[in-house]
Amino acid sequence: MRKKFIVAATIAAISNVNPVWANSDIEALKEQVEILKKDYEQRINALENRLKQSEENALLAQQQIDQVADNVDSKKSISNAGQNNFNPAISVILDGRYADFDNDPDDYELPGFMLGNEAGLGDKGFSIGHTEIAISANVDDQFYGKATLAIHEHDGETETELEEAYIQTLGLGNGLTVKAGRFFSAIGYLNEQHEHTWDFADAPLIYRGLFGNQLRDDGLQVTYVAPTDLFMQVGTELFRGDRFPGGGSHDAVGAWTAFANIGGDIGIEHSWQLGFSHWRQNDVDGRTSGGHSHEGGATETPSFSGDSKINSLDLVYKWAPNGNPTNQNFKFQFEYFDRREDGNITMLNSGPPEEVSTYDGQQDGWYAQAVYQFQPHWRTGLRYDQLGSNNKGSDADVLAEAGLDDEGHTPERYSAMVEWLPSEYSRIRLQFNHDDSYEEADNQIFLQYTFSLGSHGAHQF
Amino acid sequence: MYKLKKRHLLVMLLFTLWASNSHSAINVFACEPEWASLVQILGGEKVSVSSATTALQDPHHIQARPSLIAKARRADLLVCTGAELEVGWLPLLLRKSGNGRIQTGQAGYFMAADHVTLLEKPKILDRSQGDVHADGNPHVHLDPHRIMLIAEALAKTLSHVDPDNQSHYQNNWNNFKDKWSRAITKWQQQSQSLQGKKIVVNHNSWVYLEDWLKLERVATLEPKPGIAPSSTHLAQVLTQLKQQQADMILYASYQNDKAVRWLAQKTHIPVVALAFTVSHDEDLFQWYEGILNQLLDVK
Repeated sequence: MRKKFIVAATIAAISNVNPVWANSDIEALKEQVEILKKDYEQRINALENRLKQSEENALLAQQQIDQVADNVDSKKSISNAGQNNFNPAISVILDGRYADFDNDPDDYELPGFMLGNEAGLGDKGFSIGHTEIAISANVDDQFYGKATLAIHEHDGETETELEEAYIQTLGLGNGLTVKAGRFFSAIGYLNEQHEHTWDFADAPLIYRGLFGNQLRDDGLQVTYVAPTDLFMQVGTELFRGDRFPGGGSHDAVGAWTAFANIGGDIGIEHSWQLGFSHWRQNDVDGRTSGGHSHEGGATETPSFSGDSKINSLDLVYKWAPNGNPTNQNFKFQFEYFDRREDGNITMLNSGPPEEVSTYDGQQDGWYAQAVYQFQPHWRTGLRYDQLGSNNKGSDADVLAEAGLDDEGHTPERYSAMVEWLPSEYSRIRLQFNHDDSYEEADNQIFLQYTFSLGSHGAHQF
Repeated sequence: MYKLKKRHLLVMLLFTLWASNSHSAINVFACEPEWASLVQILGGEKVSVSSATTALQDPHHIQARPSLIAKARRADLLVCTGAELEVGWLPLLLRKSGNGRIQTGQAGYFMAADHVTLLEKPKILDRSQGDVHADGNPHVHLDPHRIMLIAEALAKTLSHVDPDNQSHYQNNWNNFKDKWSRAITKWQQQSQSLQGKKIVVNHNSWVYLEDWLKLERVATLEPKPGIAPSSTHLAQVLTQLKQQQADMILYASYQNDKAVRWLAQKTHIPVVALAFTVSHDEDLFQWYEGILNQLLDVK
């Protein structure tokens, strides 16, 4: 429009100017104006066409966008019924083995350590291991709960045991979590993990010697994770304290622990965790261990009463190419425990007079293991265990009868294993131990399967 | 009395300053890089986001590492795939984090798969079928249309978690919607030649890509999801491919390529190692372009 007006104005201006001009000049001017007019009209048409074209393009684009939106809408989730498929999550662990030992497993002992009831080697030949039934779920938006039943054979009888039963907070916030009930203590590294997730068929010797394989109790746990880049966690547990390695009945808190863990990644391929823990019970009252009978006499059972404390250090390092453990990965773990005890050892059912000795116990031990997954579904590992003790008392004979004399022997053990994992839920393991726990070295072979049914297991660090 | 009030005011002012300062960027914990990228696009400078996994890691087989617990502890928002992809480690991570904001069902808990329909929902839930996911195939990020739905829901969640910046997230979502729609249209035009191409895959990771680009999957190297290819199964695939030639073999670059290489050598079918997700130096747009270009480059 504006251009047309300019053209018209120019024409008007030109036709009104100086009449002095000759006619021919006017004709020439008119011609030029005609040319200009045509030129402008052409340009205007071109512009109009371009505008139309771009409007059409915009429409097309909008249509395409609408088409995309339609396509998108068809993929909108209607409802998600799958959320409750596994609520509560139920899982069953099936475990069984074939074992062969050079020595009689009933002769097993760890000189310098009083062994708890579950601390033996298990049976030769075929046997069912630890069958576990676990049920867990979020209780509501604030709590999580879990119960684990363990079924196992003990002296020819099938025993069912409430292995774990606890609730845990989810919504406390500020890095705080409270757990209450029966649970595995968070001391050390391996202790909190279920037996079926271990990398070897048996517990490290120091776990066998101090805890009768694993420490768990009834009580309360509080942990705090700091809001830092580096993982920093501290926690404490208050326990009833009447289970091995504690003992006696307690009206209030029988035993307590404190622990701290730090950890992180180094680059993308390496990760680590370092932990310190402490367990203490100041009035262990009658902790007994496996008794033995003298010919014809009543069974004499050693019993400890007094103060007991454990300090430990654990270190775990893991590696995976590109941080992707699916195909290949490596894991190294080391744990050290030290226990000091001060009190008395009494041989129950002995005498009269009953045999008693003062007891000043010093026991420690460590293990180191490395496991390498060299290709998908295949892992191999090595482990070395060593224990030491320096126990003193007023009556060396009583200590010796209680199994607390190290008999001049350093218990140690070499283990090697290879595993085949057909899937995430199945594992078949072949393990060989050269076990120097006591004077007569033993060679042990385990062929073990561990399968899990039901809900997906947790990939813990 | 007057003095006390003044002090009160000062404390309140300081608190407000501190509070507004600490909310300058919300902490987002993304399980996979594609969601980290989407959060970055929608959140801009109002979010500080990190991904728990990289493009070279299988998101199913991650462990609840200490570094991840530390990150989850501080997160205001959790953005993951869901549909059981992270079932092995995420529940454990949440329980260990001591962070109430990102627990299941809370405002800061966002699962992408909850907002879209899933393909390949198994009719029979039985582990003899391999590593099946009860809700369906979780790898939804390979369909740009589903990304759109997820982005819309994510923008709402961001506004919910950080209401002060609601208009910011809304604007970013509008921009993204526009840009992404145009991109989809462009990609669809570019990829028309791919329609009906016959592909062989290592693992069923590409269902959504196949659905979008209309690729035809003729064979899978894993006999069942998550079960490594056996020699008998590979032999079957080989015989099948001799009768019916395929155009390309696809696998995710984090996956084991042994079986893929073997098959490629036997059949001379071109192999394409696709980045399964966004790398650290690109965004969603660039990653999609990269995948398309790789597929279009196959001769």
